[in-house]
Amino acid sequence: MMLVKEEQDKKKGELSYLNGEIIRVEGLNAWYGKNHVLKDINISINSNCVTAIIGPSGCGKSTFIRCLNRLHELVPDARVEGKVLLDGVNIYDEGIDPTEIRRRIGMVFQKPNPFPNMSVKDNVLAGLKFSGMKDRKKLDEVLRSCLEKAFLWDEVKDKLDLSGASLSGGQQQRLCIARALAVEPEVLLMDEPCSALDPTATAKIEELIISLKREYTVVVVTHNMQQASRVADYTAFMYLGKIIEYDKTTKLFENPREELTERYITGKFG
Amino acid sequence: MKLNEKYLKYFLTAFASFIPFLLALYFIAIGKDSLLAFQKFGISFFLGSTWNPPREIFQVFPEIMGTLVSSAIALLISLPVSIGLAIFLSEFCPRRFSDFLGSIVELLAAVPSVVYGFWGLAVFVPYFLYPVENFLKENLSFIPLLSSNDGITGYNMLSSGVVLAIMIMPIMSSVCRESFLYVPSSLREAAYALGATKSEVIRKAVIGYAKQGIAASVFLGFGRALGETMAVTMIIGNALQFSYSLLMPSQTLASLIANQYAEAIGEIAISSVIAAGFTLLVISFIINFAARIILRRMRLRGSELI
Amino acid sequence: MIKRKIYDKLFLFFSVAAFLVAVVPLFSIIAYVVSNGLSVINLSFLTEDPSATGVGGGIANSIVGSFVTVAIASLVGIPIGIAAGAYISEFRSERYSRVVRFVSDVLLGVPSIVTGILVYSLVVLSLHTFSALAGGIALGLIMVPIVTITTAESMAFVPNSIREAAYALGIRRIRVVAIVISNAKGGILSGILLALARASGETAPLLMTALGSQLPFSGLLKPVNTLTLFIFNSATSGNPPLVSQAWGASLVLLLIVLGISLGVRFIAKGRYRYL
Ligand SMILES: Nc1ncnc2c1ncn2[C@@H]1O[C@H](COP(=O)(O)OP(=O)(O)OP(=O)(O)O)[C@@H](O)[C@H]1O
Ligand SMILES: [Mg+2]
Repeated sequence: MMLVKEEQDKKKGELSYLNGEIIRVEGLNAWYGKNHVLKDINISINSNCVTAIIGPSGCGKSTFIRCLNRLHELVPDARVEGKVLLDGVNIYDEGIDPTEIRRRIGMVFQKPNPFPNMSVKDNVLAGLKFSGMKDRKKLDEVLRSCLEKAFLWDEVKDKLDLSGASLSGGQQQRLCIARALAVEPEVLLMDEPCSALDPTATAKIEELIISLKREYTVVVVTHNMQQASRVADYTAFMYLGKIIEYDKTTKLFENPREELTERYITGKFG
Repeated sequence: MKLNEKYLKYFLTAFASFIPFLLALYFIAIGKDSLLAFQKFGISFFLGSTWNPPREIFQVFPEIMGTLVSSAIALLISLPVSIGLAIFLSEFCPRRFSDFLGSIVELLAAVPSVVYGFWGLAVFVPYFLYPVENFLKENLSFIPLLSSNDGITGYNMLSSGVVLAIMIMPIMSSVCRESFLYVPSSLREAAYALGATKSEVIRKAVIGYAKQGIAASVFLGFGRALGETMAVTMIIGNALQFSYSLLMPSQTLASLIANQYAEAIGEIAISSVIAAGFTLLVISFIINFAARIILRRMRLRGSELI
Repeated sequence: MIKRKIYDKLFLFFSVAAFLVAVVPLFSIIAYVVSNGLSVINLSFLTEDPSATGVGGGIANSIVGSFVTVAIASLVGIPIGIAAGAYISEFRSERYSRVVRFVSDVLLGVPSIVTGILVYSLVVLSLHTFSALAGGIALGLIMVPIVTITTAESMAFVPNSIREAAYALGIRRIRVVAIVISNAKGGILSGILLALARASGETAPLLMTALGSQLPFSGLLKPVNTLTLFIFNSATSGNPPLVSQAWGASLVLLLIVLGISLGVRFIAKGRYRYL
């Protein structure tokens, strides 16, 4: 057992050295009205890795990942400053189409949110259909491959025409993952994807996250430190709108540089 | 923002702007066509009591009074009934029946006003109100409000107020009931825990908490009654002269318009009918504006729409 | 203590009495309309135009007129109402959106006869004729605030997570709005039906726009009769055969209007009970 785990760790490490960065965040600040919630964030995220964001409630984790796909600006009075470079191009540059960015950087939310008035099938294909894709054969292929990637195909292949809301919570969340994958993103952002789920469903999603990194870069926000250590190659610890420490997961959990991090992971937080 | 997005916003904003535009149109278009009458009669348009097409004198004081008085009668009758009905439905009736009976009462609101008017004209006034009013006249005619020199017909101010009361009761009781439903159950329980009886809980906790809702229902009911045309036209007797007695035929702004628009020949007559409409618009606008200010603070979910 | 108990009983008595006072008129109206109307309604009453003498014949022209005016009203009221409601709900953070919402509430309270006067002065006077078109426009203006408010309310009821899910898929805002509308369609449909029921039952704004007519329906730019105008004119005619025809027309109208209202309740199933 031990040996297998060590081997896995080694692999994780190797992978991350092989991959280049896909996202670089420079001097990112974000506000809700006058409330300054992200303060000078700098981080670079490697491709084909799982990066976890941990930190106490309200520290700005959700806000941070919502800045990565330009969802933050949809909140009334919300504001962003700084750069987010995706493959070297600043997504906040004038002339960049936010919808284009959102297709390249997909997102899965804390509470499963399938479109309740659409079938399982239409949910998966919503992103494509609403952008004008009509090729039936291609759509059917995407449907199957995305549901398979989300480990959901076997469970729903006979229920494709049922409402998305009729699935169980865990199935709904995997449906949302399949839906996000269908638009072929490069990066998948996940905001506490398991917090509304039971342990079995959580295990399934964790397994899925690890398998996804072969094709995608995953950034996952979590409250659960065991989860971070199980799935993530890298982990960032946030506190009061700042990134306190960012390192390989094993390093951050076993030998943190900062005292704040240590206090947080050992549960000695005031 | 991409062009495409801007267009969506412009598109929806353009449609939405129709709404303030429509409100402005009411005042501007109707106001413009009333101008002639206002210029000719000045303030006496509102304060004078003569409406005489052959002599081209048009004044609407009796109609303004008729509008306010008939609506006030309607409120006076409808308010206690609506509150009582809302109490029955929300406090005494089991929840299942309450929703069902509530729906039935709300269906009353869907009955077209011309059908109310017809029923009032052919059934309610001759078979019910007329005998009652006759009795009042015989026995209480020393009260000026109930006096009458000649016989009465039943088609008068009092009757139209009663029919209006029946018509505004559904909306008033729905608004009351909705605001009673919002009273937190913790408040009721707290009152019971202090040893209050049911009637005390209702009076203090429920009605006390829902005062705003009741006020809103008064404004809404009054607003509806002010503008109601068909039922009033069919029942009020349409007399052009002013009378202190509620048992005498009378007229409201709305019924005046309904009766006179066809006979309005010549610029000044047409302008005067439109000016009566402008007067009604202003009165109902004031009432509604006040109602909305109150209602906005309480976020009803639509019972006002029925 | 005894006094308090008596008070309790009095309250119960008072509220039951109020309930009876409220429902007795409903049953009376329905009973009279049904019993007087049923004997009048037959196939020729529904399918024939009024006879040239003015008495006898049927109400076909009024039924057609009601449908035509309500159809025109729908063309005016439904698109404007849905678009304005979508604006109010989807741009609700903007100040102007709150202004529009407030004004639609105020419009809801404008007496319908005043709408008739507006259309009279804008449409009838400029076309120099009373017409089905003018009547339809007047009813449409009455529908606008009802459809607007119900659309805005039911779209605002759609959880934000649906919008975020759509945006996160890179779906454009115009499509996101379409998704929200489709999620709110039960409530929007209820609102449309409610507005249709209201428009079908209106009389006052038609007096000085559609005017009414004895003749068969003969075009949008001609005066037209509707069920409600027929009921009003016949009921007040003092002519017994016409009055009994008015009962028949009332029954037809009541079936249409209450049918639509029951449809609202059926579609809405409680959640949009009031809409
Ligand atoms: N829509 C909003 N409007 C205004 N302020 C907000 C909004 N969303 C979040 N905030 C504020 O921004 C700060 C960061 O919130 P955020 O949701 O990013 O925290 P989080 O780390 O994701 O917390 P949690 O672990 O509870 O999800 C909080 O202080 C919160 O109060
Ligand atoms: Mg969060």
